[in-house]
Amino acid sequence: MSAHADTHAHDDHGHHHKETFVTKYIFSQDHKMISKQYLITGTIMGIIGVMMSLLFRIQIAWPEQPNLLFEALLGKWAPDGVMDADIYLALVTIHGTIMVFFVLTAGLSGTFSNLLIPLQIGARDMASGFLNMVSYWLFFLSSVIMVISLFVQAGPAAAGWTIYPPLSALELAQGGSGLGMTLWLVSMAIFIASSLLGSLNYIVTVLNLRTKGMSMTRLPLTIWAFFITAVIGVISFPVLLSAALLLIMDRSFGTSFFLSDIFIQGEVLHYQGGSPVLFEHLFWFLGHPEVYIVLLPALGITSEVIATNSRKPIFGYRAMVASILAIAFLSTIVWGHHMFVSGMNPFLGSVFTFTTLLIAIPSAVKAFNYITTIWKGNLQMNPAMLFSIGLVSTFITGGLTGIILGDSALDINVHDTYFVIAHFHLVMGISALYGMFAGIYHWYPKMFGRMLNKKLGYIHFWVTAICAYGVFFPMHFIGMAGLPRRYYTNSNFPLFDQVADVNEVITIFALIGGAFQLVFIYNFFSSMFYGKKAEQNPWKSNTLEWTAPVKHMHGNWPGEIPHVYRWAYDYSKPGHDDDFVPQNVPLKEGEEELQH
Amino acid sequence: MTFLLTLLIVLFVAVAIRQLVKIYDLAQTNTSSTQVADDSDNKLNGNLMLGFLAFIYIFTIVCIVKWGDLPLLSHAASEHGPQIDNLMIISLVIIFIVQTITQFLLHFFAFKYRGEKGRKALFFADNNTLEAIWTIIPVIVLAGLIIYGLFTWTSIMNVNEDEDPLVIELYAQQFNWKARYAGDDNTLGLANVRLIDIDRANILGLDESDPYAQDDIITTELHLPKGRPILFKMRSQDVLHSAYMPHFRAQMNCVPGMITQFSFTPTVTTDEMRQTDIIKEKVDKINKIRTEKSEALVAKGEQPLDPYQFDYLLLCNKICGKSHYNMQMKIVVETEEEFNAWIKEQKTFKNSLN
Repeated sequence: MSAHADTHAHDDHGHHHKETFVTKYIFSQDHKMISKQYLITGTIMGIIGVMMSLLFRIQIAWPEQPNLLFEALLGKWAPDGVMDADIYLALVTIHGTIMVFFVLTAGLSGTFSNLLIPLQIGARDMASGFLNMVSYWLFFLSSVIMVISLFVQAGPAAAGWTIYPPLSALELAQGGSGLGMTLWLVSMAIFIASSLLGSLNYIVTVLNLRTKGMSMTRLPLTIWAFFITAVIGVISFPVLLSAALLLIMDRSFGTSFFLSDIFIQGEVLHYQGGSPVLFEHLFWFLGHPEVYIVLLPALGITSEVIATNSRKPIFGYRAMVASILAIAFLSTIVWGHHMFVSGMNPFLGSVFTFTTLLIAIPSAVKAFNYITTIWKGNLQMNPAMLFSIGLVSTFITGGLTGIILGDSALDINVHDTYFVIAHFHLVMGISALYGMFAGIYHWYPKMFGRMLNKKLGYIHFWVTAICAYGVFFPMHFIGMAGLPRRYYTNSNFPLFDQVADVNEVITIFALIGGAFQLVFIYNFFSSMFYGKKAEQNPWKSNTLEWTAPVKHMHGNWPGEIPHVYRWAYDYSKPGHDDDFVPQNVPLKEGEEELQH
Repeated sequence: MTFLLTLLIVLFVAVAIRQLVKIYDLAQTNTSSTQVADDSDNKLNGNLMLGFLAFIYIFTIVCIVKWGDLPLLSHAASEHGPQIDNLMIISLVIIFIVQTITQFLLHFFAFKYRGEKGRKALFFADNNTLEAIWTIIPVIVLAGLIIYGLFTWTSIMNVNEDEDPLVIELYAQQFNWKARYAGDDNTLGLANVRLIDIDRANILGLDESDPYAQDDIITTELHLPKGRPILFKMRSQDVLHSAYMPHFRAQMNCVPGMITQFSFTPTVTTDEMRQTDIIKEKVDKINKIRTEKSEALVAKGEQPLDPYQFDYLLLCNKICGKSHYNMQMKIVVETEEEFNAWIKEQKTFKNSLN
C-alpha cells in the first residue's frame, strides 16, 4: 500500500507547469500553502475572539460603567459608552463560537493536519488537493459570514454558543435570534461541510499514502492524533449539521422539532410536540467529542515537541496510542454529562457519570507519560517546549475539576456556574491554545523557512502562563460561590458583592495577558520577513518533514520520497553518536528496533 | 477617532518592541543567535519553571485564604445538602493532592533536567509496570468516587411519594418566576400555555374546568415549610430557564413543552440561618463593601445602596435573554405554623380570576 506513493503520478508533477500568483497563493492545492492559509485565517479569527472576551471581561469587572473602548468598538450597542445587555450576550456567544470552532478546530487541526500529515508520513501531498482547497475556501466563506453576522441590525446571535432553542429559534425571545442567528446557522453549516471535507482527506491520506516502511506503529504521535481527530469529526459533526438543519426548519418553515407549547409576548405559538432536550442531545453529541477534536491535535503536537526537546523517546508509545483510541471511543458516549439537570431521566445521568469519569483514566495515563518523558531528559527550553510543558500543566489543573463536573450529584450545584468556565477554559481552551502555540513555534521554520525570535517567545510564554492561571484559577472560587455564568452584571445580587474584587483581579490578568499576545503577533509577522533563516533541521528532530528542503516545493521532496526504517523517537539511543536518529536512517548492523 | 487612536497606539507598541529587540540583539555580541535554545536559555527557563511552580502554590494559597470561605461548601439548607457537600469535599481533597504532586513533578523535572551541552538523556521508552501503576491507581480512586457519586445522585433524584411531599410548581417566564401551590388537595390542576388568558388573569394557563385547579395558589414569593419534603414541578412558558437554588444544592431546568421535577427537604429556616455566626460574618463583610460603594455613589450624587440582609434565593441559571441576569425570586423558609398562616392569606385560583 505504501510503496505506490513513490511511483505516484504526482512525482514529477508540479515541476513543469508555471504557477501564477492566483494558483500559488490563493487557490492553491498545495497542502503547505493551505496550511498557512488556515493558520492566518485562524489567527485573525482568534484576534477577534480574544478582543471580544476582553470587552465582556471589562463589563463584568466594572459593570455598567461608561468606557471609551465600548463606545469606539460597539457603537450603537454602547449608548454613552455603557455596554448593552444584549450585546454582552452576543459577545459571549460569538467569542465561544469563534474560539471553539474557527480557532481551535479549523485553525489548529486545519493548520497542522495539513502541514504535517503529508510531510510526516512521506507523501507528496494530500490524497485530494482539490478537496483540500475546497475545504479551506468553505472555511474562509464561513468565517466571512460569521464576521458579517456581527453587523446585522438586530445584533448577532446571542443565545450562547450552544444555541439552545427556543431562545435561538424565536426572534420574539431575543433580537439576536433573527437574522443574526440565521447567519450563524448558515456559517456553521458551511463550516461543518469544510470540516468534513478536510477530515475525510486526512483519513484517506494517512491510510493510503504512507511511504515505504511507515507502518501504523511507526507513525509519529502527531499523526495518530490528527488521524483519530479526523475520525471523531466525521462521526460527530454530521449530527450537529442535522441539528442545525432541523433548527433552520423550525425557525423558517414552521416545523416543531425542538419547540412545543410556547406563549411569548402575549401570543401562543403554533408549535407542538417537539422538545428542546432533543436539540441538547444532538448538540452535545458533537459538542463533547468537539472537546477532543480540539484537544487531541494539541496533545499530538505536545508529544512530538516534548520528545524532541527532551532528547528522549516519548514514554509509552503504545499506551499513548491506546489512550488516544480510548479517549476517542469514550468521547462519543459521554455527551449527557452536559445535561444532568436538563430534565432527562436521572438513570441516564448515572450512566453518563460512569462513562465520563472513565475518561479520566486514559487522560491520567497521558499526563504521567509526559512527565516520565521529561524525567532524566536533556531539556532544550525552546519556546515550543515551554508551551508544551504549560499544556501538560493546564491539562492537569483543568482536567482534575472534571471529576467534580462529571459527577452528576456534584454537577447539580456547579452546573452552568463560573466553575464550569474555569474547568473548560483550562482543559480545552488554554491547553489547546498552548498546543497551537507550541506547534507554531516548532514548525514555523518548516512553514516560513525562518525562525521565530526566541526571546520574544519566552516573554510571550511566561506572561501568558501567569495570566492564564490568574484568569481561570480564581474562577473556580466564584463558581463554587454559586455565581451563574452569562450574567451581564452581578449588581442585582448583594450576595455576590463578595466576588466583585475577584472579578476585577481576573479582568486585570486578562487585559495584561491579552496585550502580551501582541508580542506574539508581532513576532509572527515580522519573522516572516526579518527572521533568522532556518536550517533544514533546526531542532534536530527525527521526523520526516525535516528531511524535506527548507524551500517549499510541489511534491515536498526532490527525487525519491525517503524510506522509513524506524519509529520517530530514537532520541539519545545508545550506540549512536548523535542524540537523534532520523526515521529515514537504516538500522545499523546488529541494531534492534524497539518492539512497539 | 478613538478607534484610529487605538490603532496608532498598537502600531507604536509594535515598533517599540521591534526596536527593543534590535537593541537587545546588537548588545549581545557573542551569541550564536540561531534562535535555538542554548545552555543559558535552558538555565534561565529551567529556573523560571521552578518559579512558576512557586507561583502556582502561592496563588492557590492566596486564593484559598482570600476567597476560600466558600459559601457553598458548608451550611447547606436542605436534607440532601450535606451529602453533596461531603462528596464535594472528598473530591476537592483528592484533586488538591493530585494537583500538588503532579505539578511538582512536572515543574521540578523541567528544572532539574534542563539541558546542558554534552549531557545525554536516558533512553527510556517503555515500562509496563509503571503504565500499569498509573492506570490502576486512577481506576481505584475513580471507582470509589463513581460509586459514592451514584449513590448520592440516586438518593437525591429519587422522589419518594410515600412521604407525602408538598407539591409546588415553579413557573418560569422571561424574566420572572411564579410559584403555584397545589392547595388543600395537594394536587396541581391541569395547565397548558394555550389556556393562558391575560384578560381573566389566568396567567399560568390553568384549566378552569379542572376541579383540582380551583384551590391552587399562585404567588411571586416562594415560601417553604421547614422539615417537610417538597416536590417541585417545573414549567416554562417561553424559553429554557433553570431553577437554581444554590443554598439548597438544588437545580433543574425548566423546559417548554414538558414538566421537570426536583425534590428536597428544607432544614433551616431563613431566621435560623440569619442567626448563624458564619452568615452574620458574611453579611457584615458584604455590608462593609456596600457601605464603601454607597459612599462613592453618594459623593457622585447618586442613591446609596440598600444594606444587605440574608435571604435564600432562586436564580435563573440558563441563558434566557436580555434580563437573564436579573431573574430571581426570594425564598422564605419558615416553620410549619408560619407557613400555614401565610398560605391562608393567599388568594386561590378560583378567587383570583377576573
